[in-house]
Amino acid sequence: MTDRMAIDRTSHLELEQHEKTFLDSNELIINMGPQHPATHGVLRVILKLDGEKVLGTECVIGYLHRGVEKIAEHRTYTMFNPYVDRMDYVAAVSNGLGYCEAVEKLLNVEAPRRAQYIRVILTELNRLASHMLWLGTHALDIGAITPLFYTFRDREEILKIFEKYCGARLTTHAFRIGGCSYETYDGFEREVKKFLDFVTPKIDEYEELLTTNRIWVERTKDVGKISARECIALGVTGPVLRASGVKWDLRKAQPYAAYSDFDFEIPVGQNGDTYDRYIVRMQEMRQSLRIIDQAIGKIPDGPIMAKVAKVMKPPVGEIYHSIEAPKGELGYFIVSDGSTQPYRVRVRPPSFVNLQALDMMVRGALVADVIAVIGTLDIVLGEVDR
Amino acid sequence: MLDYITSYLKSDTTPGSAGNMFWAFVYIVLIFLGLSVAVIAMNWLERKILAHMQVRLGPMRVGPHGLLQPIADALKLLIKEDIMPAEADPFVFWVAPLIVVITAFTVFIVVPFGPTHAVTDMNIGVLFMLGVSSLSVLGVVMAGWASNSHYPLMGALRSSAQMVSYEIAMGLAVISAVLMTSLNKEGTGTLSMIGIVQAQQAQHVWFVFKFFPLGLIAFFIFAVAMVAETNRAPFDLPEAESELTAGFHTEYSGFRWSLFFLAEYSAMIAVSSIAVTLWLGGWMRPFPNALDGETWDLVFSLVPGLTFMFLAGITFYSTARMPKHPYFKVQTIGLGGFGAVLALIGVALFVPPVRDRVQDIFWFSAKVAFSMYMYIWYRGTFPRYRFDQLMKVGWKVLLPLGIGVLVLTAIAGIVF
Repeated sequence: MTDRMAIDRTSHLELEQHEKTFLDSNELIINMGPQHPATHGVLRVILKLDGEKVLGTECVIGYLHRGVEKIAEHRTYTMFNPYVDRMDYVAAVSNGLGYCEAVEKLLNVEAPRRAQYIRVILTELNRLASHMLWLGTHALDIGAITPLFYTFRDREEILKIFEKYCGARLTTHAFRIGGCSYETYDGFEREVKKFLDFVTPKIDEYEELLTTNRIWVERTKDVGKISARECIALGVTGPVLRASGVKWDLRKAQPYAAYSDFDFEIPVGQNGDTYDRYIVRMQEMRQSLRIIDQAIGKIPDGPIMAKVAKVMKPPVGEIYHSIEAPKGELGYFIVSDGSTQPYRVRVRPPSFVNLQALDMMVRGALVADVIAVIGTLDIVLGEVDR
Repeated sequence: MLDYITSYLKSDTTPGSAGNMFWAFVYIVLIFLGLSVAVIAMNWLERKILAHMQVRLGPMRVGPHGLLQPIADALKLLIKEDIMPAEADPFVFWVAPLIVVITAFTVFIVVPFGPTHAVTDMNIGVLFMLGVSSLSVLGVVMAGWASNSHYPLMGALRSSAQMVSYEIAMGLAVISAVLMTSLNKEGTGTLSMIGIVQAQQAQHVWFVFKFFPLGLIAFFIFAVAMVAETNRAPFDLPEAESELTAGFHTEYSGFRWSLFFLAEYSAMIAVSSIAVTLWLGGWMRPFPNALDGETWDLVFSLVPGLTFMFLAGITFYSTARMPKHPYFKVQTIGLGGFGAVLALIGVALFVPPVRDRVQDIFWFSAKVAFSMYMYIWYRGTFPRYRFDQLMKVGWKVLLPLGIGVLVLTAIAGIVF
């Protein structure tokens, strides 16, 4: 823990001790969730309040725990693949990509170029879908109800592409270990291109509704501030980290799939507040479009599956592989004992780690800010609890 | 007896002023019924308009285009189990929705739908409306307190602070409009709702355009404050769904909840009618100066009938577009019948005696309807303010603005 954080901690303590109400009345303990319209699923936050002011929070998680990691120990590598889609169900493709690449690394095979391009396209489409869902729900939490329906309308187009590609809309299971299960369908490239033309003005539309909206700016500027050092100390990754000014994106830092072939930028913010995180994610959506645009033009020909044994028996060893999921660094740590089933799988979910920052971000803020901060952290409880 | 009843028809005052209890009672019943229908219609319209703003259809199942949805909802609310939390204070819990609903309905006795179309004409009309409608905060606080639960309590605290602070800005805006009524030869202003409209008639201007832009700013202050006063988006903090689940009425369900709902919508109509009376010329038709004369009077007197004919036309068009499947037969007939009723009303409005008596009411209602549409529009557009920002807007923006407008209006009244 850095010095600055130590100072912050003491100031929090002082806040609790000295800033009592003038009547010296008791603080209000409010239980927010697990059934609450703004906790994005089944997050339970216990708030300690002085009037409207937040003195402290405590997150209670585990309401959606399904023991995904334990399940992995009793499934073969191939059988476990669909389970990862159920963690961050909003970005199922990214989860699948991370797992497939981790096992491929363990098996020491590499997916063919064509498969990697398809992976990049679908993953970026999924990033768009995830960010759209985030934008809609985040705006809804802050009280703007209309963007939700706009984003869902446009997200639907992405889901249609997924459905045509692999038959599923949400939990896609789009990739297999060693490549892709499916060849692209006829007109895939045309439809993706059409989608790009369709969605670019739509993103402008969202920005028109919110970016310069006075109330939106007032509600998000200087709310839930977190500095770069605090982010790093807590292990926060993804757009939250980038909005604090750290140019860290695994797609650039340690390129996986075919990301090194594409030209794109990492949007960063300065203040690390909710507004910057909003701006960063909006720009990320545009960068995703850029990547898809580059990739769709030059999908190489060739096979979509590498040579992988039907019954996979990775050599004894362990591997950690992480990718840049829409919410941050999604890592898989897999230990193989040489059998058909992994000895241990540990997932490093970005939502779980980012959620740690909640308490630090909302201390001293108002109740309405808690809602805004939960929204801006972009957590998916399926991934937090696994 | 018959003389007593018919004698009022020849007078040109409100029943209250004429001291005629019979007609006052008739007016009260009419307003009560009209208000209930307006709330039902508003419910359907809000859901439909909001839905179309948000690229969806809204209610479509109950009745053609969901026209019967509000009735189905009302029925559902009536037959729901009456739940009172075990820890609640039963009497206060019971009385809170009543207070809210009674205050919301009481204010309508001074709303002037026309020069004679009001239950009564009080000489303190505006004061009465503001005073009674601000009592509703009492009901809200009682509801939040009696629920004995955290979220309602916070909602009640928020709403009491909010309604009290915005009342001040609202009052200042109202005073500047009342000040304008005193710009006649005698120099006597009036607080009577009918008197205020008559003052606008005498000065040949709607007060929103008086001393441009002073009237407009005062109207703007009132328009913002009235949204806050009725707890609607973007000032819907007391019932902020994403923060406090449902705010002060979280613990209410069934019929008690529907009373809050009823009160909210009739309060919206009430404050809108204050705004219409004070700034938008009350029952006066648009363009009383620019398009003056007998011919224009005739043209504008036809508008109510034409509006209903237009609505009937839309309904008939939708009827023709209904699916031809036998399953939709009843709905198609129903929609056609609804169109026929609208057309009949339209025809009735063309008949000269009806036309002359009803067009005041029509113009007043049309202006209120416009204001209600704005409410829906705000809800579809704006995010919600945070509590401290709400207070900042009320005390640091609207209040100084209101005082400034008041002073400038007074100066302008003397100078011009």
